[in-house]
Amino acid sequence: MEQVIKNYSFKHTLNKAAFRDGIRDGVPIGLGYFAVSFSLGIAAKNAGLTPFQGFLASLLCNASAGEYAGFTLITAGAAYVELAIVTLIANARYLLMSCAMSQRMDPKMPGFHRFTMAFHITDELFGIAIARPGCLNPFYSYGAVLAAGPCWAFGTALGAAAGSLLPLRLVSAFSVALYGMFLAVIIPASKKDGVVAGLIICCFIASFCAAYLPVFSGMSSGTRTIVLTLVLSAAAALLFPKAADEEEK
Amino acid sequence: MHNMYIYLCIMAGVSYLIRVLPLTLIRKPIKNKFIQSFLYYVPYVTLAVMTFPAILEATQSPVSGLIAFLIGIIAAWIGADLFKTAVFCCAAVLAVEFFL
Repeated sequence: MEQVIKNYSFKHTLNKAAFRDGIRDGVPIGLGYFAVSFSLGIAAKNAGLTPFQGFLASLLCNASAGEYAGFTLITAGAAYVELAIVTLIANARYLLMSCAMSQRMDPKMPGFHRFTMAFHITDELFGIAIARPGCLNPFYSYGAVLAAGPCWAFGTALGAAAGSLLPLRLVSAFSVALYGMFLAVIIPASKKDGVVAGLIICCFIASFCAAYLPVFSGMSSGTRTIVLTLVLSAAAALLFPKAADEEEK
Repeated sequence: MHNMYIYLCIMAGVSYLIRVLPLTLIRKPIKNKFIQSFLYYVPYVTLAVMTFPAILEATQSPVSGLIAFLIGIIAAWIGADLFKTAVFCCAAVLAVEFFL
């Protein structure tokens, strides 16, 4: 909280710097997005979407698991209501992230920023925004979206158009980029906070068990993520309560 | 036959609503300590849960995924940023799968 941003105009140098930081941090995320959305594009093609429709879906939805689940339903010719419910469930974690972001808004920020910042809440862009100290700067998010968002949409279009032209070896290597970025968000936090470190180890174990135990493995990975997130975060919050001001040290 | 563009509108609409409603409706700081703590832990838990064991299935062989996972943890621990950690993971997969 060392710098309180009073001016929410883009003319403000702090906001310009935040915008540049956002683009810088958004580029690697965009690279990871491109690889992942390429395979999403293949799923879109299988669901009967044209490359343009795939592009549109990714540009407007910005969700990996949510879109994938959606394409699966479209393939099956599902009812509109069904598609809405599945999209809701597969994207429920963004609801939680949006709640978390609401707690880090500067009260002096003009309200319209909330509407534009909400559009591209994804795991990665949420992760890097929330990792910055103090109130969230909308221009940081805009920079990151500008760099990463188009990669997601174009990757999907290309995947739908070109299918499986990329060598398998490269696809395989690209596909871990996203996970590397996840680790780069959670590991530094666990270095600072022992509770987070212990929690993350529990998460890995629980998630591993849930993926392979018969009772849970029948769930979709999206549902498993929701259940595990709710249960483990609630358990941690009960056992190790944390005041908001402690987290910004 | 369902219309593809209606499908896409539903997906886009639901995706946006669940993101925009909490952010615009929750205007006050949440005082409840449990909810505060819960929201503090949520992002880390989600990312951790989504990383492992999914990373084992993302690559052609679980071994290369596991090595990428370990390399990523080490890289992030010694201070590599988002991009460097990601590159280390990708390089680990390329290297391991070269020998497999």
